[in-house]
Amino acid sequence: MQTTLETQKQRLSKLQPLIALFVLCLIIGLLSDKFFTVSNFWNVLRQISVNICLSVGMTLVVLMAGIDLSVGSVLALCGAITAGLFKMGIELPSQNLYIGFTLLGASLAGVLTGALLGFFNGFVITRFKVPSFVATLAMLTVARGLTMLWTKGFPISGLGEQFAYMGTGWFLGVPVPVWISAVVVALAVFLSDKTKLGRYIYAIGGNENASLLSGININKVKIIVYTIAGALAAVGGLMVTSRLDSAQPNAGTGYELDSIAAVVIGGTSLSGGKGSIWGTVLGAIIIGVLNNGLVLLNVSPFWQQVVKGFVILLAVIIDKANSKNG
Amino acid sequence: MLVAENITKRFSGVTALDNVCLELHEGKVNAILGENGAGKSTLMKILSGVYPDYEGQLLWNGRPVRFANTKEAQEAGIAIIHQELNLIPYLSITENIFLGQEIETIWGTLDKKKMRQTTTELLQKLKLNVAPETKINELKVGQQQLVEIAKALLLSPQVIIMDEPTSAITDQEVETLFDIINELKQENKTIAYISHKLDELFRIADRYIVLRDGKSIDSGEMAGMNHDQLIQKMVGREIFVHQKPALSVPQEELLSVQHFSLKRSTKRPELVLDDLSFTLKRGEILGIFGLMGAGRTELFEALFGLYPSLTTGTVRIEGKEVKITSPVEAVKEGLALVPEDRKRDGIVPIMDVKQNISLASLAYHVEKNGVLNTQAETELATKYIQELGIKTSSSGQLIKNLSGGNQQKAILGKWLATHPKILLLDEPTRGIDVHAKSEIYKLILQLAASGLGILMVSSELPEIFAVSDRVLVLSEGTLTLETPVENATEDKLLKAAISKKC
Repeated sequence: MQTTLETQKQRLSKLQPLIALFVLCLIIGLLSDKFFTVSNFWNVLRQISVNICLSVGMTLVVLMAGIDLSVGSVLALCGAITAGLFKMGIELPSQNLYIGFTLLGASLAGVLTGALLGFFNGFVITRFKVPSFVATLAMLTVARGLTMLWTKGFPISGLGEQFAYMGTGWFLGVPVPVWISAVVVALAVFLSDKTKLGRYIYAIGGNENASLLSGININKVKIIVYTIAGALAAVGGLMVTSRLDSAQPNAGTGYELDSIAAVVIGGTSLSGGKGSIWGTVLGAIIIGVLNNGLVLLNVSPFWQQVVKGFVILLAVIIDKANSKNG
Repeated sequence: MLVAENITKRFSGVTALDNVCLELHEGKVNAILGENGAGKSTLMKILSGVYPDYEGQLLWNGRPVRFANTKEAQEAGIAIIHQELNLIPYLSITENIFLGQEIETIWGTLDKKKMRQTTTELLQKLKLNVAPETKINELKVGQQQLVEIAKALLLSPQVIIMDEPTSAITDQEVETLFDIINELKQENKTIAYISHKLDELFRIADRYIVLRDGKSIDSGEMAGMNHDQLIQKMVGREIFVHQKPALSVPQEELLSVQHFSLKRSTKRPELVLDDLSFTLKRGEILGIFGLMGAGRTELFEALFGLYPSLTTGTVRIEGKEVKITSPVEAVKEGLALVPEDRKRDGIVPIMDVKQNISLASLAYHVEKNGVLNTQAETELATKYIQELGIKTSSSGQLIKNLSGGNQQKAILGKWLATHPKILLLDEPTRGIDVHAKSEIYKLILQLAASGLGILMVSSELPEIFAVSDRVLVLSEGTLTLETPVENATEDKLLKAAISKKC
């Protein structure tokens, strides 16, 4: 009897973000007649697709009780590299060499760069036992600096229609960025729920000592996860660059905070081991709807930030209260 | 002086102290003796206000008292120096000594001059020749111990409790400590001194108080007592022996460890384990006994590949030399470690029983190309839940909701699922009630009979006798005794555990 009551309570606490989203939509819908329209629906989803990519990677990292502050800068660098390679290629005048890049080649190079930077994060964290907060904070600065070097401080613009498809195109009636983030989410859900790697991620976050002593190669798992987070930040970078038709040197500033917010609102514990990709997706949608609603209601962008801050606090307080009861 | 009457203390069902009476004599060094787990530290923590809830009463100078916290005890005049150092490494000696007792000027700022002066006086008294500004982490361990004592002396207490003060310091520093103790005695201070180093106690204690299994056994004058009499009082319990099932495999050598040593760290070359050699046969249970700090847990962790750069020596499994440099490899070579601290190193509390059981063997049993087979996982878990008799509402129950004994069985299940050759059990029944203990012993005996080799560390002598075929005794990192269990007696083992290296 008691156990069924408990599981019911647990289920209810899992539903909380969903209920919150529902209530939020209802309120905004009552206040604004533009909210419940098809175009606004796609609009919200398209706007959050970048954050979803970042937040999915962030969820995997946070599940291991880590944090990745570098995603915003990595996004900017990878977007700039892809844009630069696609537009100008690599020229080596001394050897009379020019390498041109197709859209696919340039995109792969961008994603590969993100993966490499993530790998480097993971390597530093595991090899030198640097706290993830510090290691990725350093990467935040390094990647931003590299972006400035690569772009010389100027946007790389005029990338063409082909490039813009990724950020602004439609496929089967759905915006392309929404497709991309949906695929990312599907892969991440599969990874976290159905694979050995996913199980190890939860185990490491739940008890790193016990995982180590169970013969899990925790360093390998960590490096893989940071690599994934870096690659996903790069995917986000491609979408941002494509949507703006321009790689901005200061793109993605502060995005790490939005993604951490989505993870936390989605119920993933910052101390690791507890949470889910679906929760994060909900968290990202809640933030997106909130942003969208505040814009529709003509609330000043400054107030939007204040409101967002309190929503994050509220989410964590509710989560704390739940875990105390459970 | 300070008298404890009929003190009983329980920790979630386990009785740590059972009607203990004790009297500290004024101006004397009162030695508190007992094995690990006899209740010495618990009793001292009650005297010093760390544990405010207990049954029975304390009499302080004839008046009943009950300290709600350590601060009240300190103000009454009772100071404790804990076994673990409780200093803050990046603060200075002065700042540590005055932590929580800071002197302020009339302006509300810290009166650093006065604190510095008092610290200098205290350090002089303790013959510690360092500047009061020195940071704790720049001091040697023995010096840190002296700072702890200085901190205790700050409030000029009447009673000073020292919990194993010599466990981390060198012989020379021990001499300094004894000089200080003698001086304190001259000042008519009362000292409660916990130690299991009997030689020390004969040198400095005036009286003894023996605890065993949470009960007070005896007390009296130290003069006229000898080693054997004291050890006799510390041990001497009934031993329950289980029937050993017949062995189903030939007794061939499974594990051979030769000249195995472990350094403290790359910077501190002293040996935690010093040239250990032993073997383990298939189906054999080798009990490893030793007191706290003897290096038992370190032996297991080193064998399991946690300190690859600090170990020397050779390890052979089934005659083949192995180099184990990580737990990943340890598991591959057929080792399994059931750690001492179940909560910290054993379970993943927020996962369910099934996921905890499958954790070490996902790669062998329940995944293909990295994808989990949840049905196979449930079957695996169900199998071990049945075989080991794990009491849980379902395999989906969170493991933290299970009792200690059932958590321990689940961890055993996790390792059995990897089909190990050698089980390393570190205090396998710590914090487990009597009934579950006996079930775990039965399991250990069955597993050995099925052909596993088992190394079992325990600080409980009855446990060693209950299951071991052979016993090794460790003392300060060296092997001091190896004997078949038939020839072992409690005081033989305890003597070997206490003896210093020759």
